[in-house]
Amino acid sequence: MTARIGVVTFPGSLDDRDTQRAIKLAGAEPVALWHKDKDLKQVDAVVLPGGFSYGDYLRAGAISRFSPVMETVIEQAKSGMPVLGICNGFQILTEAHLLPGGMLGNDHLHFICRDQKLRVENAETSWTADYTAGQEIHIPLKNMDGRYVADERTLDMLEAEGRVAFRYLDFNPNGSLRDIAGITNEAGNVVGLMPHPEHAVEPLIGSGRTDGLPFFTSILKKLVNA
Amino acid sequence: MSRTPLDTVEHAAETPDVELPWAELGLKKDEYERVVEILGRRPTGAELAMYSVMWSEHCSYKSSKVHLRQFGEKAPQSDALLVGIGENAGVVDVGQGYAVTFKVESHNHPSYVEPYQGAATGVGGIVRDIIAMGARPVAVVDPLRFGAADHPDTKRVLPGVVAGIGGYGNCLGLPNIGGEVVFDACYQGNPLVNAGAIGVMRHEDIHLAKASGTGNKVILYGARTGGDGIGGASILASETFDDAKPSKRPAVQVGDPFQEKLLIECTLEAFREKLVVGIQDLGAAGLSCATSELASNGSGGMRVTLDDVPLRDSTLSPEEILMSESQERMCAVVEPAKVDRFLEICAKWDVIATVIGEVTDGDRLEIYWHGGKIVDVDPRTVAHEGPVYERPYARPSWQDALQADDANKLPRPETAEELKDQVRKLVASPNQASKKWITSQYDHFVQGNTVLAQPEDSGMIRIDEETGLGVAIATDGNGRYAKLDPYAGAQLALAEAYRNVATTGAKPLAVSDCLNFGSPEDPAVMWQFAEAIRGLADACQQLGTPVTGGNVSLYNQTGEAAIHPTPVVAVLGVIDDVARRTPVAFREEGQLLYLLGDTREEFGGSAWSQVIHDHLGGLPPQVDLERERLLAEILISASRDGMIDSAHDLSDGGLVQAVVESALLGGKGARLVVPDGLDAFTFLFSESAGRAVVAVPRSEELRFTDMCGARGLPVTRIGVVDGDAVDVQGEFALSLEELREAHEATIPALLA
Repeated sequence: MTARIGVVTFPGSLDDRDTQRAIKLAGAEPVALWHKDKDLKQVDAVVLPGGFSYGDYLRAGAISRFSPVMETVIEQAKSGMPVLGICNGFQILTEAHLLPGGMLGNDHLHFICRDQKLRVENAETSWTADYTAGQEIHIPLKNMDGRYVADERTLDMLEAEGRVAFRYLDFNPNGSLRDIAGITNEAGNVVGLMPHPEHAVEPLIGSGRTDGLPFFTSILKKLVNA
Repeated sequence: MSRTPLDTVEHAAETPDVELPWAELGLKKDEYERVVEILGRRPTGAELAMYSVMWSEHCSYKSSKVHLRQFGEKAPQSDALLVGIGENAGVVDVGQGYAVTFKVESHNHPSYVEPYQGAATGVGGIVRDIIAMGARPVAVVDPLRFGAADHPDTKRVLPGVVAGIGGYGNCLGLPNIGGEVVFDACYQGNPLVNAGAIGVMRHEDIHLAKASGTGNKVILYGARTGGDGIGGASILASETFDDAKPSKRPAVQVGDPFQEKLLIECTLEAFREKLVVGIQDLGAAGLSCATSELASNGSGGMRVTLDDVPLRDSTLSPEEILMSESQERMCAVVEPAKVDRFLEICAKWDVIATVIGEVTDGDRLEIYWHGGKIVDVDPRTVAHEGPVYERPYARPSWQDALQADDANKLPRPETAEELKDQVRKLVASPNQASKKWITSQYDHFVQGNTVLAQPEDSGMIRIDEETGLGVAIATDGNGRYAKLDPYAGAQLALAEAYRNVATTGAKPLAVSDCLNFGSPEDPAVMWQFAEAIRGLADACQQLGTPVTGGNVSLYNQTGEAAIHPTPVVAVLGVIDDVARRTPVAFREEGQLLYLLGDTREEFGGSAWSQVIHDHLGGLPPQVDLERERLLAEILISASRDGMIDSAHDLSDGGLVQAVVESALLGGKGARLVVPDGLDAFTFLFSESAGRAVVAVPRSEELRFTDMCGARGLPVTRIGVVDGDAVDVQGEFALSLEELREAHEATIPALLA
């Protein structure tokens, strides 16, 4: 058996098809979800993909967070359904308060696209179990508003509870506080990160590495073994 | 507020003596008289607006047409060409049922006035040309030219242009995979912002810009129409029609990439359901262009009710609506039974769509406003029968002196230390330095099909995930060569792009061009233009790569000073399996380095002469197109059969520039030996065309050299991939660390 993983398309989503491809390569079944539709089509997990939903107008993720589909995603996430937010998806998750903190414009004020080195800090979430804690990986990063910020107390809490899932290594590409690249909620079912694992799933394409594939194999194993 | 009576066709016939501001709209006296002759009466204000924008240089190609004909007349026989010059973009058969459309256009003038929006809307325009052919856009490329890198205004223009390209293209989800960045003082007041795009479709999905089928509906969809990009229309509005309006409107359009992204998705969904009979994007000349082109390419006429056009500004006059260049708009012709479904799809994507007219059985384009007929023309006279000029041209008096000022006679480095120093200066010079600061502002991963992106020799995109079929594109153009000899310069631009496609392992198939020149009213510029086209058309014929379309940008001139003639050539290639592609980076220590082709003392227009001597003179490198073809065949075979692991074309900066780039990208050095018969200086810096450097695994050495020998391609062993320096034996060594610092620090230091 396999797992059905939904990928939401918001107006302005860009990496929805890429994410579906990554899910397929991992062996799961991708299911296209539409932002105006509350129905999640009985998927077992949901990915909110990267892009510029609503053109990043107002604030990245701020409008998509109110899409009909998000009502169901928020509800299900709170009862344990795995949700992954990549880049714009991460921004939507913070806007929806499924994850703490928020994203500001990059400190250097430019869009940045690079192959980014990361350390996996938490290998126990639904989306990271196929990594080992401390593992160093390379994943493409591309964003305009990627500077993760939160108040000191929240940051301390995230650190103390092991909820910093990924940290930038060697180079902080956007000025994120404490080099945070991705975080998880308390239960470990909701994960958000700025880099794009779906762009690192085939040796020939993009960065030429497959360091992003474990995101999708992690969730597949979890769902199949559940 | 008083308003003059509506200038209908009837009104125009009754008032033959009304003075119209044709001169302010850019028409010449004889052009205006020709309009009156065509219509048999004076034009209405709206008709005048249409003729003036459609007969402008930009839309009518009136100065260039007589020369551009050569691309058709000399077009080589090619089975690959599915749609040629004249449509929104050319279409090429790449096999397995796929067709690829691609085109390069200029957005030079707006990008100087307003760098961010000028460049952004350049991307938007070329992408709409691609979707108008029925294709999904899959990549963009941006060939750019700026003034001197250290000029203060370059720091205003370049970062704005780069941010605009990124801001728009990134938001559309199109990987940016290639292009160039060149600095030269000649572009100071006239930066060149060219934008290219590639789209992919199945053969049966090709769409054309034509309105056929009486009763079919004309649907305008996308953004509302506003007062942006009107330019000349503001004069029309303020002087003739209504005094109570703001008199100046911005001539540069403002882009909304989010709207364009929705436009792409909704157009492709309508194509998938076969709802579209004909389609045209709204770019230059807006609705004037879209309605007259759709109508003149179709079998019938067209009737349009301008009152139905959704407006951003309700005070716009009909003339302004016709001339507005508001972005992110398209026009589709749809059968009546399919209109509801078309509108439904637009609604799904939150795109505004409105039926504004229909195809009629006559042959007239009629436009109504407030119940009155304000346009009644034969659309062909607007779209296709504009004026054609045989502009005088003459070889400039200074050309001989320029060519006599031989760069081969410039002082050369005399010691190994001097040679080393010049290499360091070359790789650190703005034109030769790493452009990572620029390209890292573009997304090259999105869509998940990017196999190669800059700084590779060509950008490469996989188009079929099952078979690995892919396409490659390279753009090149060396204005310095073209200044020395425009005929050869245009051929060298083609040769370089052709070679760049082949070094990555793809077979060159077709050409698009963006011809950037000064004022056509200057006979010297016109000569450069005529020579460049003749050169390019001859070379395309010889290499068997037809020109599928492109763009001409004239008047790139400030006062008397024209830019270097700059034909930018894009070559599209196909590769059966992207897994066989060859990258630039050195991969493995111990692999053997071979130089392919002949190296001569050729320094005219070279990067060395510019960087070390600030000199431009002499003759550009010799052109040998048969050699280019042979080199390409060898490179493609060697890629396909796994004989080479790295390949890099030699062009500006010569061999040393290529080796340094391959070494830095691979993180592996090279030991080089100056071959017999060459001096170290010529070996390192010559810019002879028709050459490449390849890295050959030892196990493949015999097979590779035998193949070159059998085909008659000169092949010289020049060293080995090794160590952490570029070491020219007996001369000097530069560590990779030192080279990286020199190569990568320049651009951020100047622009960040």
